Parts: sequence; structure tokens; C-alpha cells
Amino acid sequence: MDRFMQRGLDSETKKQLEEEEKKIISEEHWYLDLPELKEKESFIIEEQSFLLCEDLLYGRMSFRGFNPEVEKLMLQMNTKNKAEEVEEQTVELDVSDEEMARRYETLVGTIGKKFAKKRDRAIYEEDENGDIKPVKAKKMFLKPQD
Amino acid sequence: MAEAAGVPAESLAGCRARAARTVLDQVVLPGEELLLPDQEDGDGPGGAGERPLRLNAAARSRGRVVCGPGLRRCGDRLLVTKCGRLRHKEPGSGSGGGVYWVDSQQKRYVPVKGDHVIGIVTAKSGDIFKVDVGGSEPASLSYLAFEGATKRNRPNVQVGDLIYGQFVVANKDMEPEMVCIDSCGRANGMGVIGQDGLLFKVTLGLIRKLLAPDCEILQEVGKLYPLEIVFGMNGRIWVKAKTIQQTLILANILEACEHMTADQRKQIFSRLAES
Repeated sequence: MDRFMQRGLDSETKKQLEEEEKKIISEEHWYLDLPELKEKESFIIEEQSFLLCEDLLYGRMSFRGFNPEVEKLMLQMNTKNKAEEVEEQTVELDVSDEEMARRYETLVGTIGKKFAKKRDRAIYEEDENGDIKPVKAKKMFLKPQD
Repeated sequence: MAEAAGVPAESLAGCRARAARTVLDQVVLPGEELLLPDQEDGDGPGGAGERPLRLNAAARSRGRVVCGPGLRRCGDRLLVTKCGRLRHKEPGSGSGGGVYWVDSQQKRYVPVKGDHVIGIVTAKSGDIFKVDVGGSEPASLSYLAFEGATKRNRPNVQVGDLIYGQFVVANKDMEPEMVCIDSCGRANGMGVIGQDGLLFKVTLGLIRKLLAPDCEILQEVGKLYPLEIVFGMNGRIWVKAKTIQQTLILANILEACEHMTADQRKQIFSRLAES
């Protein structure tokens, strides 16, 4: 068989070399000849921080308008702790997932058409709805078989 | 002699492990082992026969229990390492188990990740500042860890400045590192604390008591006169008021209120309000 423009090794030879390397490595690797110890899943987590234990307020405080920025921060940070619990429940979506998927599907075709050459633009046929749907079979260079 | 000494030791060893929920809000000592609710012995007093079934069902529905400061994990039990009162907090939403911790008192601070602390800049070496936080080592603070800081736009921090920041790395194997921005890159009140004012040191327990959501002391203090306070979890408090005298009064009150009863405090506040 003619092989032109061949760089590197054949895939078969590569596989053989890899297997040989693996054999060498696994023989050299040390391992403990002990029965496998099964660690029980522990239910207890250790934490050294007091933040989890007690609901502490924010550390900077200002009273009677001494420092207006800090007073604003106080409101912000102290309600943030309580708001976080509420926010978990309501996650509103402006655009539903299905609509997003549909838009992306057509978007790919539209942008692709913009960058395609004139010859390739014929590939992008228009659907009934007017959406651009790229057809998969593109003309590629076929390598001559021996 | 030997017999007399032997008997108490045996009885002590026998009843060492108590159930955690029977000891809530009581004083516990280091070395005690505590059983979590679903590990209590089936042959305790009362209801011995039915207990095992109920416990198995509970065990499966139990979530992760968090053991907080003052407690360590010891097999399936909790081991007390500090003396104080045992506290428990129920889980708020879902993730079960709750938190157990020991409410202890100490003056020495050990850096903990996530804590907001007040530090004093002691040195400036290259790109980092060395900040004294009251721990065993000075913490390092990079000059880029401020809001809006870039390589060209350096923050205006001098040796001797007070910094309010939080720890990002704090364990016993490494030097603690702190930053003055949060994970989004915003300052949120952290950074250099302004001019004037007074920094003083109190016990760690007092800080937690003052920062509790329902703290009366702060509400009363806030009514006296305009003032600003910054609390560091490392036992440092910085206060500032319009005159030096007011600042000193404030510092004295905060230091003293640890040992005063509520009545004594109210007396002092009413005397202040008059003058």
C-alpha cells in the first residue's frame, strides 16, 4: 500500500508501545498487600467557625448617623442574611428553557450563514417558518482510495 | 487504698458517654464523650424493647451533624475539647442534623477561615502587608486584595493602619492569609479603618455576645450619642465618637459590660443619659 505524507508511527505500533509501557509501570508500582479497609461514611463534619453556629450581626456599626455609609452597609448586610433564606425558594425565569433552546437552534444557522462563503450559502435552506436550518451534508474533499 | 482508688475510676469510666441532648446548656468538660441522638443505648431506663426499631428509622433520616468549635469527632461520637456550655442549633431548612458547639470563653484568638477581624499593619514587604491579628503568626495581606486595586493603582495603606478584613486561609499548617474583598470583588465595608478612634481588646466571648442579633447592650449604647464601632472576631473593638471623652466612656462601658448584670448596666446608662 502506498503511504504518502505519513508522519509518526502507525496507530497499531503506538498501541503496542503504550501497552508495553503500562506493563513496565504496573510492575514497578508498589502497593500494600492489605485487605481493603472500608471507611464508614461519617455523618459528622468538623467546623471551627462560629459563623455556622450563631447568627452574628455584621461587624461594622454606626449609630445616630455618625457614618452614613456604614449605616447603609448595616442594613444591606443584615438583611442579606435573612434574604438568602427567602431567595432559595423563588427562582424566577424570564425566558423559559424551551424557548432558549429554540432560539439557539436557529441562531447557530443565522450566524453560520453570515460567515459562510457564497458557495456554501446554498446549504442553508430556509424552513417553512422562515427559520434557517443548516443541512448537514456539506461538500468535502474526498481522499482518493488506493 | 488501691481498692478505694480503683472503684471510682471504674464507675467514672462506665458512665462517661452521655447523650448530647440531655446535656444541652449545661457545663461540659474536656474529655467527655457525647452520644448523638440516635446512638443512645437501647437498654437505657424505660422503653428498652421498642427503642431499637425507632432508632433505626431515625438514623436513616438523619442528615449530617456539624460539630462546631470546642468539639471533635471521635468515631461516631463527639469529644469535648473545651470547657463551657453545650449548645445546639436545629437545622433551618432540610440539610439535617443541626450544629453542636461549646460556648466557651477565651482571650487568645486562633485564626479561622471566614472570620472578620481587625488587624494592625506591622510591615510592608514587596507586594504583601504583614498584619498582626492577635494569632501566633502575622497574617499576610496582598495589596491586590482591596477593592479597585490594580498593579498601578495601589491602595493607600501605611504601617500602623487598622484593617478590617476576613481570612481566606487559616489553618494550623500555614500562615494565615486575609483579604479585604469578598468573593465578588466588592469591599462590603472591609479595608482600612479611618482616622482617630480607639482600639481595645476584650474576650472573644464578649464579642459574640455583643454581636448576637438580640443584644440589648448595643441598642442602649446606640441611643447615647452618635458613634461608630467595628467588632473584630479576634477580640478587638474599635470605637469612635465625636469627642475623646465620649470615646473613652464608650470603651469603658463595653469592657465593663462583660461582668455587669443587666440592672447594673441600666443604672450606668441612666446616669450617663442624665449627664
